[in-house]
Order: sequence, then structure tokens, then C-alpha cells
Amino acid sequence: MSTDLKDALFGYALRLGDTSLVLGHRLSEWCGHAPELEEDIALTNVALDLVGHARMLLTYAGELEGKGRDEDRLAYRRDVFDYRNHLLVEQPNRDFGHTIVRQFLHDAWSVELYERLCASKDETLAGIAAKAVKEVRYHVRHSGDWLVRLGDGTDVSHAKVADALGRLWPYTGEMFERDEAEQALVAAGIVPDPAEMKAAWTARVEAVLNDATLDRPADGWMQKGGRRGEHSEHLGYLLAEMQFLPRAYPDANW
Amino acid sequence: MDRKDWPLFEIFIRPKNGLSHKHVGSLHAADARMALDNARDVYTRRGEGVSIWAVPASSIAASDPSEKASLFDPADDKVYRHPTFYDIPADVKNI
Amino acid sequence: MYTQGLDAKTEQSAQPSPRLVTEQEAALQGRFQERVDAEEKIEPRDWMPEGYRRTLVRQISQHAHSEIVGMLPEGNWITRAPTLRRKVALLAKVQDEGGHGLYLYSAAETLGVSRDELVGQLLSGKAKYSSIFNYPTPTWADIGAIGWLVDGAAIMNQVPLCRCSYGPYARAMVRICREESFHQRQGYELMLALAQGTAEQKRMAQDALNRWWWPSLMMFGPSDDQSAHSAQNMAWKIKRFSNDELRQRFVDATVPQAEFLGLTIPDPELRFNAETGHYEFGAIDWTEFNEILKGNGPCNRERIEARRKAWDDGAWVREAAVAHAAKRKQRAMKKAG
Repeated sequence: MSTDLKDALFGYALRLGDTSLVLGHRLSEWCGHAPELEEDIALTNVALDLVGHARMLLTYAGELEGKGRDEDRLAYRRDVFDYRNHLLVEQPNRDFGHTIVRQFLHDAWSVELYERLCASKDETLAGIAAKAVKEVRYHVRHSGDWLVRLGDGTDVSHAKVADALGRLWPYTGEMFERDEAEQALVAAGIVPDPAEMKAAWTARVEAVLNDATLDRPADGWMQKGGRRGEHSEHLGYLLAEMQFLPRAYPDANW
Repeated sequence: MDRKDWPLFEIFIRPKNGLSHKHVGSLHAADARMALDNARDVYTRRGEGVSIWAVPASSIAASDPSEKASLFDPADDKVYRHPTFYDIPADVKNI
Repeated sequence: MYTQGLDAKTEQSAQPSPRLVTEQEAALQGRFQERVDAEEKIEPRDWMPEGYRRTLVRQISQHAHSEIVGMLPEGNWITRAPTLRRKVALLAKVQDEGGHGLYLYSAAETLGVSRDELVGQLLSGKAKYSSIFNYPTPTWADIGAIGWLVDGAAIMNQVPLCRCSYGPYARAMVRICREESFHQRQGYELMLALAQGTAEQKRMAQDALNRWWWPSLMMFGPSDDQSAHSAQNMAWKIKRFSNDELRQRFVDATVPQAEFLGLTIPDPELRFNAETGHYEFGAIDWTEFNEILKGNGPCNRERIEARRKAWDDGAWVREAAVAHAAKRKQRAMKKAG
């Protein structure tokens, strides 16, 4: 693999890893506080899967980079501007409906992504995708089912998820952005074309929104910047909390 | 405070192919599909199953323990239902 | 995680009330006790004395509440776990506690109480749960101490419960004990990393041991002569060993583990008695225990408030799910009809 391609793949793995980690973190904030015990356990399962994906992806990113950074070095010792996650997943938890909308918009993307990544010409990435795809298929079923229940539930639940959908929709454009580095990876058959994924994502999302009796928001101005390290104010607090111990005791092993 | 309980489902899991489903416990869910998902998350976290049945607890008909003697004791003395009841000379093979 | 420490004499008695017992009832009770003595399991629809049923509902639900409330002090560190490996381990552990709470509520429900009713008792402050979860977890080492000591004490209590006379409870406990086997190891491994780490980490570990040692001993409940239901519960085989027996077993198992860590147990009177083969330890200060039981622990209010908030915030979600299920049913009937 050429150096440029390797760099591009490093950035790509980092973006996927960071996105999984940050969303896993957000979901883990629910542990012990969900609306019902069964759902508490279910959300935690999704969180565990996501942190699991993050570990594989960050480990791989560290290998590609070749500077000796492992999963923890990458997760715990980078500041906001070095994080590459989508802005969608760093949005803080509001109510359960907001969490479900955020999760579904992400899951619908990740299932399309991992299904295609299984055929990646990069063996490691294909291997990670083969494991992850089974999990994210379940995630999208879980969040999609809940979105339908809440959308087509009571007036209160409908209003709440409709509001969340409006708030979060502007963060969905970023998932399908494509920069030069990614273009090269697409050309090399290593990653799927985001433009092609967008049609599949849209169809999937529209079908569920339809069952949920929710209107799809119009594609207006889209918030972007996550993949360049330009984040909302929320990520800093998330990292401050997550990284506290390794930052406070830099020489310690845990 | 809301006190509207989700219905109770009894959960049965097939531990692996070739075995029957076995009762493992119960849980609450608003509908059958949620019951299946919840059962997957609650009862198969360590790879305990390959198939799940979720049955509304209200749909289960159960025998009455006070009738245990009349229901089950009569089978105790029907030894002729068991192969060891019949004497076959040891020389006879494959039977 | 579980404690026997809830059956202090202050509690409402679960003994059968001293009303007249009919001849027929006496016969049923005799037959029941014979079955228990013969180690036969009692199943939900079998005849059982009212006191047995009430004791079980109380104990199983307290046990379930303890699991659920116990998610909070540990959950407190999920977002701050210092490595991704520690993060998934802790997340899986706290999730297990939720699962255990669920198995136990299920077992209690077989006795004719709904989970809703039991949760209502917890949220109203009427029901008790293990006092140990009213202590705070200010540092990361507390997660290690809870796994090592609190889960360690819980295992001592829970393993005998796998043979409890009530079938659904015993079966839930078998599942729980099997799943919990990683919890204590997780905690001890975490403590080991701290004890072998920097001076600051070691200090953190010692500090946590100092705070958790005595509360862990109190988890076994009052001394046998102070415990209200011991005799009856032993006869019913709901309980197999006395509080003091289990406490001694815990101390004997744990002291060498602390020595291996190079940490000091905060009890100047602790010493090994070569004759008996057991460790002798100092007197437990029950004043603090009783105050916490009364609601005056450092976190009693916060814990219940957190549970109440989760329940109240989730009300619209639970309602929506029920409403949606009803809509679906209606639509299906219309289609069929």
C-alpha cells in the first residue's frame, strides 16, 4: 500500500473508531437510567458492541500509523481537534426519544457501511466489518422498532421524536461527505462510495419514518466539521470525563 | 407515577441445534417482537441460545399441583411401558 | 450482589401470626415441612405457608432492588474507566447486575406480586435494599473494592441460595452465581493493577479498602443472636448458614488476598488464630449500619432519587410502547375482520 493510501486509511479507521467510541460512550451514560429494566440491558448491549468496534478500529488505526499508539493511547490522549467522529454521535443525551432517533440515523448508516466494507480489498477492514455487520443489523432493528413505537405511539411520544428528528437531521449530511483521501480509498476498492450509500440509507430511513408516521425533514443546511476535527462544544466535556484518569495520572497503568 | 405494566412473557430458549426449547425465566415487554429482542438481550448474553420462544404468560395453561397425585401417580406402576419389563434371553441379540 | 443484612429485629416479622391454625392447615404445614426437609423444591403453585411466601417475596424483592440500586455506584465510573478494556468490563458487569435484578423480579413474580408493585415499593422508600450501595464511589479504586469485597461477600451469601427450597429463586441464583463468577475477579484484577502501580495508585487502593472493609463485613447482617428470622428461615431452607458463619468464611478468604495485594486491612485487632485456623477480627460498629438502614447513609437519598427519575422520565416511553402495541393489534383485527 502506498504511503498516501495508508495515511488515508488511517484517517478513515480513526473516523469510524472515534464515531463508534463516542456513540458507545453516549449510550453507556444510560446504563442504570433507562425507562425499563429490559431496555437498560438492551441499550448497554449496543454500547458494548460499539465500544468493541472502536477498539478494533482504533487498534488498526494505530497499526497503520506505525507510531506505537494503541487503542488507549488514541482514545485517551487526543484532544477535541484530533477526534474525527461524526457530529451526530457527540450530541448529548436528551430524552430516550432523542437517543433513539440519534441511534437510528447512525445505525441505518452503519449497516449500509459495514455490509459494503465486508467486501473491502483491505483484509483487516473486511474482517472487522464481517464481525460488526451482524451486530449493527441488530442495532438498526432495535432502534428502528423503537422509533416506530414512539412515532406511532401516543401524541406525547410522537411530538418528542418529531422534535428530535428535526434537531438531529442537520447532522446526517456529514456521514456522506467525501474528501480527496476518501476518494482514493474508494478508487482502490478499500471503502464504499458514500454517494452510493446515501441512496440506500435514505430508502431505509424513509421506510421506517413512514411506519413511524413521521415526516422526513427537508435536507437544508447540514452541519459539518467532525471529520476535520471541528466539533460542537459537547465533545470537550465528553473527553474531559472519559480521559480524566489517564490525564490526571499520566504515568499510571490501569 | 405511571403504573402501567408491560405484560409478562415466559421465555424458552433452545441452547443448541437438536435440543428442545427450555424455560429460562420471564420478562416484560409491550409486544411479542420486543419480548423476543429483550429475551435475546437478557437471556443470551453469553451465547446461551440459537432460538427463542416468547409466550404471553397469560396464555399458559398449567396443571393444578393439588391434582398431582391423580394426574401422575397412575403412571408409576405401569411398568409394562418400559423395555426392562420384558424378559428376553441374553443370547438373543439386537433387540 | 446481596446481603442478609436486612433481617434485623426492627423489621416487621414474617413469622406466621399467632392466630388459630386449623387442623387442615396444620396438616398442610406438616406436609410442607416434610417436603422441605426432604430437600424437595417448592414450586409456585404448590401450597405454602403464608409466612414462607411473605418472607420470600420480601427477601427476593430486596435482593432484586439491591441489584438495581447497585448499578448506580458502579455505573458512576463507566464513563470514566481509564482504559477501553476496563470500560467494557465494567459496562458488562453493571449490565449483569441489571439482568440479575430482572431474574429476581421474575422469581418474585411467581409468588403473585407484580414487578410494578415491587418497583413501586422501592421508589416510595418502603422497600429496603442492601445498605452497602448507600456508600459513595469517589475514586476509581472503589470499583475494584466493590468487585473484590462487595461481590466477594455477595458470593458467600449467594452460593448457598442456589440450594434454596423455593425453585424459582434457586434457579435464578444458579444463573446469577454462574454469571457473577467474573465480577469478583474483575475487581481483584483491578485492585492488583493499582496495588502494583504508582505510589498514588497504591494510595488510592488502600483508601478504598479502608472505606469498604467494614461495610463489607456488615453485609452479612447482624450477629446471629440479633437476627430476627434466622431460625425459621433455616427451617424453611431459605437460609443455609448463619450470618456469623458466612462472615467468618469471608474474612478467612479475604485476608490473604489483601496480603497478596500488599494492602493493610483497617482492623488493628485482626489476627490469625492458629488453633482454630480462623482469623479473629475486631468488633463491628453497628451504629453506623443502623443509621444507614434508617436512611441516613451518605447516598440513600441520591440513590432513590436516581431510580425515581429514571422511572418517571421513562413513563411516556412505556406508555407509548403500550399504545403502539394496542394500535397494532387493532389494525391486525381490522385486517382479519
